[in-house]
Amino acid sequence: MTSHPKNLAAIADPSPRSLLRIVLVGHVDHGKSTLIGRLLQETGGVSAAKIESLKAMSSKRGMPFELSFLLDSLQAERDQGITIDTSEIRFRTNDRDVALIDAPGHTEFLRNMITGAARADAALLLIDAAEGVREQTRRHAYLLHLLGVRQVAVIVNKMDRVGFDEQVYRSISSEISTYLENLGLLASEIVPISAREGDGVAKLSDRAAWYRGPTVLQAIDAFSPARPAEDLALRLPVQAVYKFDDRRIIAGRIEAGRIAVGDEIVFQPSGKTAIVRSIEAWPPSAANTEHAHREAGHSVGITLDREIFVERGEIVATGATRPKIARSLRARIFWLADEPLYAGANLTLRLATASTKARIAAIHSVIDPGNLSQTVHATVNNNEVAELEFGLFQPLGADLYTVNPKTGRIVLEHGGRIAGGGLILSVGSDETPLRPANRAVTPVASTVSAAERNSRNGHEGAVLWFTGLPGSGKSTIARSIERRIFDLGGAPLLLDGDTMRAGLNNDLGFANSDRAENVRRLAEVSSLLAKNGSIAITAAISPVAADRAMARELVGERFFEIHVATPLEVCEQRDPKGLYKRARAGEIKGFTGVDAIYEVPKAPDLTLRTDELPLETAVARVIDLLRDTGVLKRTETDTNTTI
Amino acid sequence: MNRLDELEARSIYVLREAFARLNRLALLWSLGKDSNVMIWLARKAFFGHVPFPVMHVDTGKKFPEMYAFRDRYAVEWNLDLKLEPCPGIEEVDQTLPPAARSAARKTEGLKRALQKHGFDGLIAGIRRDEEPTRAKERVFSPRGNQGAWNVREQPPEFWDQFNASLPLGTHMRIHPILQWTEYDIWAYTQREKIPVISLYFAKNGKRYRSLGDQDITSPVASSAADIPEILTELRATDVPERAGRAMDHEAEDSFERLRVAGYL
Repeated sequence: MTSHPKNLAAIADPSPRSLLRIVLVGHVDHGKSTLIGRLLQETGGVSAAKIESLKAMSSKRGMPFELSFLLDSLQAERDQGITIDTSEIRFRTNDRDVALIDAPGHTEFLRNMITGAARADAALLLIDAAEGVREQTRRHAYLLHLLGVRQVAVIVNKMDRVGFDEQVYRSISSEISTYLENLGLLASEIVPISAREGDGVAKLSDRAAWYRGPTVLQAIDAFSPARPAEDLALRLPVQAVYKFDDRRIIAGRIEAGRIAVGDEIVFQPSGKTAIVRSIEAWPPSAANTEHAHREAGHSVGITLDREIFVERGEIVATGATRPKIARSLRARIFWLADEPLYAGANLTLRLATASTKARIAAIHSVIDPGNLSQTVHATVNNNEVAELEFGLFQPLGADLYTVNPKTGRIVLEHGGRIAGGGLILSVGSDETPLRPANRAVTPVASTVSAAERNSRNGHEGAVLWFTGLPGSGKSTIARSIERRIFDLGGAPLLLDGDTMRAGLNNDLGFANSDRAENVRRLAEVSSLLAKNGSIAITAAISPVAADRAMARELVGERFFEIHVATPLEVCEQRDPKGLYKRARAGEIKGFTGVDAIYEVPKAPDLTLRTDELPLETAVARVIDLLRDTGVLKRTETDTNTTI
Repeated sequence: MNRLDELEARSIYVLREAFARLNRLALLWSLGKDSNVMIWLARKAFFGHVPFPVMHVDTGKKFPEMYAFRDRYAVEWNLDLKLEPCPGIEEVDQTLPPAARSAARKTEGLKRALQKHGFDGLIAGIRRDEEPTRAKERVFSPRGNQGAWNVREQPPEFWDQFNASLPLGTHMRIHPILQWTEYDIWAYTQREKIPVISLYFAKNGKRYRSLGDQDITSPVASSAADIPEILTELRATDVPERAGRAMDHEAEDSFERLRVAGYL
C-alpha cells in the first residue's frame, strides 16, 4: 500500500527509512519512462508545480506533454526521445523510500543499463503487450541474472492497445515465465497495465476484470532491500594498509560474515595468518568499547598481533572457510567494449580490491540470450555473453559465485576502462597457500630462495621480450630499461639478439628452423634468469608468432611480450646497420620486413612506437607494466602516499 | 545496519578507493553541509587524518558566516587547506545567463587550480537527488582536458569497481556521497554532531537550504530552526532543494551546460 507523502505528522523516528532500489528494464519502446512518470504521479513523488512547468515547456516546444518528460533531464534525451543514461528518481511509500532507476533500453547504451541495474535490489521487466517478448527483453532478463538481481516482477504494458485481451496477457506470461525459469529466476508477479492511462499501476481497473493480482505498487512493496551477507563466511578484501600514526591499520569493507577481536584470520592468496588485535575507528571514543566485532557491510580497520607484510588485494578470511587460490578461472561474462575479445587477448581482471593481468585461455561458448543456446565462436563481440577461461598472471583469492556473490564475480578492464564483468563458475586452484614465486620458480639446487632474491632485488623474476622489425628500436629501449631497473636497485640482464648470435647462437642462420631454435635458446636462458630472480630483457626480431608463443609457454608466468611497432618506412629510413639497403640490393636474403614476413603480435602485453614516443616515455611504460603486474614491488610509501 | 550506516560504509569505501588508485587527490570544500559531511567521512575513512589537501575555490562572494566557519574548522580539523581564487565575471562565457555566468567563474577557478596543483582526482560532494543532470553521474567520473563532462561516453561502472585510469592531462571527479539524499545528509549531521553554518536554520521565517554566492542564492520560507525541524520539513516538502539557486532556473538547459563545461 502506498500513500500520499504529504501527511505532516511529526516524525516519530528521524532516522532515514529503508531504501529500495528498483531498476526498470525492457525493450526500448515498451514505455519505461511513461511508467515511471505514472508511478511518480500516483505516489505524489512529483509536485504539481513540476508537472505544470513541464507542460509549459512542452507547449513552448510544440510537443504534446508526456509523462516520460519527468525523467528526461538532458537535452539530448529529449531531442532523441530515448533514455541514454540511467536516471534515478525517488518516491515514497508508507513503509519505505524507493529509488527508481530508469535504464536505457537501447542496445547502444547497454553499458548504462548495466550501470543502473547493478545497483538495484529488484527489477521490473517491462513488455509491450502489442509487441510481446523481444530480443532486448530477453537480453535484459539475462543480464539481470548475471548481475545478481534475483527479485523480478514482469509488467505487461500498453494493455489498452490490445483491448485488455486476457489471451494476449496469458501468452506473454507463459513465454516470459519459461524463459526466466531457465535462468533460475522467478517472476514474483506478472502485472497487466496501461502506464499511459493508469490501469493496474496504483489500482486495478475494470477493463482488466479478469486480473485480480497485485498492482505495480503492491508488487514493489513486496520486494525487500538486499541485505549485507552477514550469514556467509568472512570475506574482508584489503583496500589498503595505513600508517598515518603509530598504528598499522589494515582497511577494507566486510563483504560477508563478521570479524571480532581475537579472531584468527588468514590472508588469501598469501596464506599468512594473524590474530585480530583491535578494530579501529574514529572518533576514538567509539573504538574498542563499541566495536569488539563488526558485521558485513561495514568499512573497518583492523590491527594485528604480529608484523606481517600484507597488501591491497588480499582477502581476509578464517581458516576453514578461506577462499580458493585461483591461478585460472572460468567465468560467464558480458562484454561491453567495441573491440571483440579473442583467445590469447590480455586484459586486466579485477576481483574485489585485487587486480591482475589475465589472458583469455579459451572461449568455451558464446551464449545467445534469445534462446539460451551456446555456440562456439572465435570472438566475443560487443554486448555478447560468453563463457571464458582465464589464465591469471598473479594468483587471486576467489570464490565461486554460488559460494559468495561478492568475491565470486569479476570485472574486466580493457584499455583502462571497465569493459565487462561476470560470475565465476569454477576455479583452477592450488591449495598450497604459497605464492607461485616462492614455489614453482625456486631452483632445486639453490640454497637461496626466490623470496630472498626477490626481497633483495625489489622485484620478482620476469622476462621482457622485445619483438619488432630490424631498426624498430628494440635494443635502444631494452638497454635503457636495463639501466633503469639497475638504477632502481634491481637485477636486470640484457640478452640482445645480435650479441647472442655472435656467441651462444653462432651456429644458427636465418632459416625458419634456425630462427625457431634461436628463439628457443633465448627463451631457455631468459627463463633460467627469471627463475633466479633476474629480469631478463631480450631484444630479438622474433618474427614468427608461433615461436614467440613457444617462448611464452616455456617461460610460464611473468613473460611480457612487448611489440616495438615502429612502422617499416621509419625503420628502413633509420637503417642503423645499413641492412635494409643491402637487403633491397639483394645482398641479404630472407631479411625481415623486406623479403621475410614479420607476424605482428595479436595480443602483446605492451605496444611501443619509437617514432611517436620519446625514449623516456617508452621506458616509463615498461616500468608501469612491471609495477601494474606486481613484478616491481611498490614500496608502502608508493601505495599509501598520494601527495 | 540502518541506512545511514550503509551510506557511511559505502562512502568510506569510495574515499579509500580514490586514495588507493589516484596519485594527487584534493577534496573540494564548499563549506556547505554536504562537503562538511564528506570531510567527516574522510576523517572516519583514514582514522582521524585527512591525507590530502582540502581546496576551497573562492568566488569571494560567500556569506561572512561561511568564511568564519572555514577559518575555524580548517584549524580544528587539522586540514591542509588550499585557497584558490576565481577569475572576474568578464572572463567567462558571456552567452550564459547572468547567474550561470557567476557560477561559471567557479568552474574557471577550478580549472586554474587544477593546472596549478596538478591534481588528478577531485573529490566533490554532489548528490543524485539534487538535480536531474547529476542523477546520471558516475561515482568515478573522468573529465577531459578542459574539465568537460561527456555524458554520452561514460564508461560503465558497477559492483563498486571504478574506472580510475586516466589519459594524460585529464582528471577524475570522485563523488563519495552521490547516493545520499538531502534528508540523509541532515540525519547524519545530527547523528554525528557535525558542525554546520547557522544560515541553514530559520530566522524571521526564512532559511537557506543550499548555500552559494550571496548574490545568486536566496533563502526559502521555513520555520525550521534546528535539524530535527529541518528533517520534519523535508519529509513534507515538494519544493526542490536548489530552488533558491538562481543559476539552475534561468534557462531550461543552464545547469546542463554548466556541468558539461566542468561545473560540479
